[in-house]
Amino acid sequence: MKTNDVIIQFTAKIVFFMIFFYAVHIFFAGHYTPGGGFVGGLVTASAIVLLIVAFDLKTVQTILPINYIYMVACGLILALGTAAFSMFTGKPFFTHFFDYFNLPILGKTSLHTAALFDLGVYLVVVGVTMTIIQTIGEDE
Amino acid sequence: MFQVLCIFIPLLAALFMPFFFKKVNSIHTGWFVLVVPIFLVIYYATFVPTISKGDAVISQLDWIPSLGISFVSYLDGLSLLFSLLISGIGALVVLYSIYYLDRTREQLHNFYIYLLMFMCAMLGVVQSDNMMTLYLFWELTSISSFLLIGYWNNRDKSRFGALKSTMITVAGGMMMLGGFVLLSIMGDTFSIRELIAQAPELATSDLFIVALVLILLGAFTKSAQFPFYIWLPDAMEAPTPVSAYLHSATMVKAGIYLVARFTPIFAQSEIWIWLVTGTGLLTLFWGSFFALKQWDLKGILAFSTVSQLGLIMSLLGVGAIAYHVEGAQETVFKYAAFAAIFHLINHATFKGSLFMIAGIVDHETGTRDIRKLGGLMSIMPVSFTVALIGSFSMAGLPPFNGFLSKEMFLTAMLSITEFDLFNFSTWGILFPIIAWIASVFTFIYSFYFVFKTFTGKGKVEELPHKPHEAPVGMLVSPVILGALVIILFFIPNVIADTFIKPAVMAIQPFLYSSPEQVAIDVSAWHGHFTPELMMTIGIIALGLVLFLTLSKWQKVYRLFPSKLTLNNLYDFIIYELCDKWIGRFSALYMTGSIRRYLSYMLGSISIIVIATLFMQNAFKVTFDGASPIRAYQIILIIVLVIGTIATVFAKSRITSIVALGLVGYTVSLFFVMFNAPDLALTQLVIETISVALFLLAFYHLPKYKKEEERTRFRFGRAFVSIAVGAMVTLVALSAHSQKLLPSISEYYKETVYSLAGGGNIVNVILVDYRGFDTLFEIAVLSIAGIAIFGMIKLRLSRKGEKL
Repeated sequence: MKTNDVIIQFTAKIVFFMIFFYAVHIFFAGHYTPGGGFVGGLVTASAIVLLIVAFDLKTVQTILPINYIYMVACGLILALGTAAFSMFTGKPFFTHFFDYFNLPILGKTSLHTAALFDLGVYLVVVGVTMTIIQTIGEDE
Repeated sequence: MFQVLCIFIPLLAALFMPFFFKKVNSIHTGWFVLVVPIFLVIYYATFVPTISKGDAVISQLDWIPSLGISFVSYLDGLSLLFSLLISGIGALVVLYSIYYLDRTREQLHNFYIYLLMFMCAMLGVVQSDNMMTLYLFWELTSISSFLLIGYWNNRDKSRFGALKSTMITVAGGMMMLGGFVLLSIMGDTFSIRELIAQAPELATSDLFIVALVLILLGAFTKSAQFPFYIWLPDAMEAPTPVSAYLHSATMVKAGIYLVARFTPIFAQSEIWIWLVTGTGLLTLFWGSFFALKQWDLKGILAFSTVSQLGLIMSLLGVGAIAYHVEGAQETVFKYAAFAAIFHLINHATFKGSLFMIAGIVDHETGTRDIRKLGGLMSIMPVSFTVALIGSFSMAGLPPFNGFLSKEMFLTAMLSITEFDLFNFSTWGILFPIIAWIASVFTFIYSFYFVFKTFTGKGKVEELPHKPHEAPVGMLVSPVILGALVIILFFIPNVIADTFIKPAVMAIQPFLYSSPEQVAIDVSAWHGHFTPELMMTIGIIALGLVLFLTLSKWQKVYRLFPSKLTLNNLYDFIIYELCDKWIGRFSALYMTGSIRRYLSYMLGSISIIVIATLFMQNAFKVTFDGASPIRAYQIILIIVLVIGTIATVFAKSRITSIVALGLVGYTVSLFFVMFNAPDLALTQLVIETISVALFLLAFYHLPKYKKEEERTRFRFGRAFVSIAVGAMVTLVALSAHSQKLLPSISEYYKETVYSLAGGGNIVNVILVDYRGFDTLFEIAVLSIAGIAIFGMIKLRLSRKGEKL
């Protein structure tokens, strides 16, 4: 089913990036203000859903050729790896580390291993949501 | 630290197997795998000098310290011996599998992932000192062996065998977990070492016998003891390298290991000695007797493994008697534990080689049916030699290592009659008799295996393949094992000093303070006209006679009623009882209608919660401290109610979906009002996506039926929904009305910055305080996603459409 709605397609192209960057923002802001991996993932997924609504599944697949199942696997491995990482330093499973660093441009920044775990959550959420939407949408 | 991480090396290596298989496809993946066990052998060999002095090395990695669960690598004589067997035989098996499994036709990455997973699990089982991680690894061996047995998953028999072995070993594993929990309640620790230290106090507990029986059930199911052995012959559907590895050298010995490890705790008990010795001997006899009924080469070996495991088990039981006697008698029973370990090593060598030979015969001739085989001696001379060595060792003939341990076994069984505690002086006389008869049958099936295959009239032209000697690479592993069989016969005392004595010390820690005190010398010649020698001569004489007249009396096996077997009992329980009768019962309520399931779930939840609320007298309503209700909140509530009613009474689905979305958005507005921006954000996005999802799935939903279009009032569903609503309201009111404990949020407020370095409590709880929760949640989410993917895609492919 090809739609040819110029206005909604043009808007979607721009809004997609806005939503996506907003998702990235709330992902990183999550540790201090509302947000985090789960919401960030959902917002990203909704941005892709917007594209699907404006164009159609096939077109979006060619624009974003991502295998969402792999994305889920990567997310799980990242989350599990972060949790298991602390064991290699002799600390119990799931010990998180954080510290403050002076980075160029950003200045004094706190870096957490929890953010890596959260990134795993983010990937899983985007992956699962998009897998479900894609498989159900494709099923004719 | 490195020591405990070594357990996980095979698992880490397994992660790279798909890469090796797909990208480096000119080299057999097995060569990459081979590095792992070779490294492990060398690594564990470096511990030998320390351990053989009687010391133990321990290395710990905390996992859940608050519950006392940790990964521990505890290497003493027993676990080091097992680790070396696992990695050593593992290396030979991998080498063998490189030639056995075809690179182009088999799914090698799957095979080696399972194999490495299994290796990791076995190392974990034998090294874990913590009972919880021991159980974890124990079940991992069951899972990986399930995958390995069912490796050729397009064959019905493979799947059947895999299911059967899992059913039985996992059921036993569950029992064992129960035993572990009881032990930890009694001793207040998960550590086996600490439990051993307080063994005398444990024996006085009421739970002691229960724990003992439960743990033995775990050991017996895993080690294929009577009557649980029935899974082992069916497990022979696995590829031969797997059979050689899992079903001769390692997995089935996990039960032996467990019994040996827990002997210091349970040996006090009479029941332990009777159960372990009795079951062992019964299994020994049963396995050896029914081995002769088999036609399949691997079937014969499976039954012989069952019987040999029984032998080792019975020796461990006799060894436990050493705790109850003193003086000269004590040395006799110490002897039994020594013989158990010695036979364990010997069995791994000769049975490993025999399995590989059976695989070679299968590979080169295309059949394992002993009735079709024969006369292969001149065509496959090397295989024949190795088979001969292995079989003679199994039969207990000199100059092969099986002879030595067999003699020690007979000595141990003879001495049991002298033990005058626990009624052994009266019933004990049965033990040497059963042992002797079983040994005769062991002798016969060993000869049966080798001579029926390799000598006699050759029907070579009738075989599926034209037979020829196996390639050199395939022969390397069995030849090495065959050579070990002979070498061990000539240097038993070197092996004894390095491996067996430290292991015996680990089994009987109260009796020794150093391995040198295990003053046992193995000698091939134990004097003129000793009872053992007479028994051996008797075994050979009667065995030869019966073997030569085998064709005359083998019909005896047909006399056994084929309906009254344990296999039929298993089939009856699984297929008749569970599938049919219980299945019929569950079909009454499992109708396949998801709506109905939903009402079951919601209905039972509300009944349980409401009943608990009233039974605990927890229901209370106070409106103290309630915030004032504003006008706009009332408006929102009206919108919410209208949305809900519209969802239920909407004439078309699309209206329902939109109305449901309305409800969701309104709820998120409430979250905003009550200072929960995180929740509001999530709720908003979830609503958006679920509405989109509903609309996507809309196309596929079945049409409303005629009578449903009228939205017929249904009493049951109305009742369930009202109950759910009432439950939620009651819980919310009660939770608000009584504050029994100070709110936990104070703790989070105080520590969220200092402990986790974050500002947003919700997110810090998600990723840090309750990270475990989140981890499992995303795992569940992934499974759900993959399940939906699988469900829809598989349905498509069944229609014959392409993916």
